[in-house]
Amino acid sequence: MVQQLGHLPMGWLMLALLAMLASGGFFVGRVQAERFNGAAGSVRIHSRPNYHGYYVAMWTFVPALIVALAYAMLGEGIVRSLLAGELPANFRNMPSVELEVYLDSIARAAFDHGYGGADRVFSAIANRFLELQGMVKASAIGLALASAAFGFFLARRKVAPGFRARTRVEGGIELFLFLCAAIAIATTVGIVASLLYESLRFFSEVPFWDFLFGTRWNAQTSAEFGALPLFYGTFMIALIAMLIAAPVGLFAAIYLSEYAGPTVRAWVKPVLEVLAGIPTVVYGFFALLVVAPAIRSVAVWINTTLISAGITAEPLLAAQPTSALAAGLVMGIMVIPFVSSLSDDVINAVPQTLRDAAYAMGATKSETVKHVVLPAALPGIIASLLLAVSRAIGETMIVVMAAGQRARISPDPTADLTTITVQIVALLTGETEFDSPKTLSAFALGLVLFVITLFFNLIALRVVQKYREKYD
Amino acid sequence: MTDVPPAPFRNEKALKRLKKRRAADTRFRLYGLSAIAFALAALSLLLVSILSQAISAATYHVVRYDVVLDPAVIAPAGKDKPADVARNIDGFYELLRSNLLQTFPDAQGNRLATRQLGDLVTRLAVLPVAKAVAANPTQIGQELTVKVPLNDDLDLYLKGAVSPEARVKLGAVEQGSETATGQVRLSGPNAFKGLQSLIATQRAEVGDAADARSILVTSGTATGRVVSLSADNLEMDLLAGSASDFQGTRPLARIIALPEAQRNVSDKQIAWTLALKDMGRISRVPHTSLLTNTDSTYPELAGALAAIVGSLLTMLVTGFIAIPVGIFASVYLEEFAPRNRLTEIIEVNINNLAAVPSIVFGLLGAAVFLGFFGLPRSAPLVGGLVLALLTLPTIIIASRAALKSVPPSIRAAALAVGASRMQSVFHHVLPVAGPGIFTGAILGMARALGETAPLLLIGMVAFVADVPSGPADESTALPVLVYSWATHAERAWEPMTAAVIVILLMFLITMNGIVVFLRRRFERRW
Repeated sequence: MVQQLGHLPMGWLMLALLAMLASGGFFVGRVQAERFNGAAGSVRIHSRPNYHGYYVAMWTFVPALIVALAYAMLGEGIVRSLLAGELPANFRNMPSVELEVYLDSIARAAFDHGYGGADRVFSAIANRFLELQGMVKASAIGLALASAAFGFFLARRKVAPGFRARTRVEGGIELFLFLCAAIAIATTVGIVASLLYESLRFFSEVPFWDFLFGTRWNAQTSAEFGALPLFYGTFMIALIAMLIAAPVGLFAAIYLSEYAGPTVRAWVKPVLEVLAGIPTVVYGFFALLVVAPAIRSVAVWINTTLISAGITAEPLLAAQPTSALAAGLVMGIMVIPFVSSLSDDVINAVPQTLRDAAYAMGATKSETVKHVVLPAALPGIIASLLLAVSRAIGETMIVVMAAGQRARISPDPTADLTTITVQIVALLTGETEFDSPKTLSAFALGLVLFVITLFFNLIALRVVQKYREKYD
Repeated sequence: MTDVPPAPFRNEKALKRLKKRRAADTRFRLYGLSAIAFALAALSLLLVSILSQAISAATYHVVRYDVVLDPAVIAPAGKDKPADVARNIDGFYELLRSNLLQTFPDAQGNRLATRQLGDLVTRLAVLPVAKAVAANPTQIGQELTVKVPLNDDLDLYLKGAVSPEARVKLGAVEQGSETATGQVRLSGPNAFKGLQSLIATQRAEVGDAADARSILVTSGTATGRVVSLSADNLEMDLLAGSASDFQGTRPLARIIALPEAQRNVSDKQIAWTLALKDMGRISRVPHTSLLTNTDSTYPELAGALAAIVGSLLTMLVTGFIAIPVGIFASVYLEEFAPRNRLTEIIEVNINNLAAVPSIVFGLLGAAVFLGFFGLPRSAPLVGGLVLALLTLPTIIIASRAALKSVPPSIRAAALAVGASRMQSVFHHVLPVAGPGIFTGAILGMARALGETAPLLLIGMVAFVADVPSGPADESTALPVLVYSWATHAERAWEPMTAAVIVILLMFLITMNGIVVFLRRRFERRW
């Protein structure tokens, strides 16, 4: 019987239970409040019956919800620790990882209804697991019901004609809205905490300075964690990207805001924004399929020309099938809209009076742009460039597909370089355990990435904010 | 009154300067134009290169086989239950292979040739046939026509993607005779002059590399590889068919630029494929299996169904979390939040989160959802949670903009007739801001749909052979499928990847189309 309970589909059951509790609470509260209407007269009713219903429903639903969430997070763990406590001593002396694996296999066997394995000990433990599971599930449901009943009776006693149910319900809703907004903070805290925690574990094994300034990175095969080549690769590729995106994005923004007529603007601006909407994995495929081979053949051509002209004896360029230049170029195309659309906004925000003043002095359009509009918009433009740099540094798929895996410091743009993001993906893809320095180093890299991009973003956001205040 | 003051801007120096300044102005304008032209050219190059690849994957070649479902082969005694038949891939493969051997009896007895002939069809490709027969066992023993995909390399050859190929129609062959086993001599006055001059031009272009090229001469179902030729005579190795097939015809010669050793398809396989095509047994059909099959290690059998379902499940989880939470958070920040330090921190936080690299969210998911909470790896549930956190800032920012654009008079009017603040927001402000909020939500979801990096870190890159049935199942997603197919080495994956990209872009275009429609239909200016 208890074993049968072990198979209860808790997710659906809890959902149904919560829905029933909420609607039941609402119904009872409402019906009770509606009676005031008939017997009204002496007391003025503060809230409409619906609000009394919501109030009771709230007090019935929330305690049960808390129990359900607690079960979802802790239930499995409780069952396991109970079971581990009951196991014979020779199991308890197992290393914790092995015990985990064993319990996993027990859990899997227990959920296959028809388990009839030959190992008697194993099947006995699996049955015991089911029993414990059933007990925990049943007590979770019982606890949920009890807490809901407690809340229900507390709330019901309050329902009275003069009770300010609406105010209370609205207070509850406001709290809920605040919690939703606080998820953003929780996310940041989660990111910082998880990155810091895993990084500290990493730095307890690998010295911090060796990581930051070491020049040999070989995390996959041997334990060499000098991340300088990764920083170099990231910087190099972001630089190439910005060499493309900064002039193109800026000139596009200037043309669109100062020269283009309304029709051109209406067509070109959305098309440029399409560039920002294309998934980065598509850019990666493009880099791999078209750009990298093209760059390679150009590099090979340059090599052979130089050699045949007698200028060099050895091939000058590495001409790898994947290269920093290919990744950087495509990334540059990807960040063009990030530069152009924000720059366009700030250029448009420069007051027309400044331009008119310049024209009145006889300046041509380009002189006005160069000497008046751009200096006025400079902080905003710098902010847009910073945001674009932060995008380029954090971009993953293009470099994963087109930049390469080899960690080295080479000034040759046709060589394959690796970046922080490439290594994070390489280290964590297919890994399940987070306890070797190899996987932990991914979190240290992630921390560096987070800090760098946060730095750029904060400056950019601050500049934009200051700038808005100036002209608003 | 005659001493007119010299016009300061009319003298020669000033005019020269003006000219220079105007030229600078034009140059500046040109810079702007070329910047836009560059961006547009890059976009169109990207789209054209992907579309042109995808079009080649939109159709593929299937081979028709008329086979007798011999029970001794596909349902031998003891293994004749439907479940056994459905699993009997070897038996069905044997049926097709012996059918091919009957068609090309020359390959019999030669192990290399037999194996190459067997490679025309991938072993696993018979699985749908086996399942169909198992579902309808009365067919066993009957004759059945089945269509099975051609091997991916030969499919690419027929699409012209394996190697550049020059073709020339030969003159009339008067006589074709077998000089030794497998050796054929064709003769006809001046029949091979065109081919000769073509070879000469090629040799002038590439030098001795031209010698390594295969020259195949085909007439009907027969094909031979040229060994030597003069204007009137041609010696060749017979690859398929017989010498008499050439008699009295005008064969077609193909010069395949890539030498046989560098290709995945041999000359013999090409000859057989051409013969099958001439028999009308190969047809080019729409590649619907791309949408109905799941992932496979063979390009011609692979499809994106599991990834599409995985993406939908992920989006479902993301939408169910990110959209309500985002709307409620923006309502709080825009309508209820007191102006204090905490609110300010939340706001700065959200703006920062919007710019945090997506891979960092992947690290968060790996450490917290997988490591701390112990949720299943590779599951759309975890992917959806991570993407929900990732899109939340986008949705909040867009919804706040929509709420901000609702004029204060609407709030004031609601409050004036006695509504509480909560009522004024939920009954009046939110409905008015609805379309704006909804467009923001769709844009956020579109961003989430294209996101790849965080999903890699939570293990959604695994090879998934079954369609996931729920958000806790092992699964993959469309952009991740693009990544994993793009990194396969075989050439045939390239058009397949492009086709998946087109499917992904279709979803994105639809979502953005809805946004444009909503904006056109519901946008209000106050």
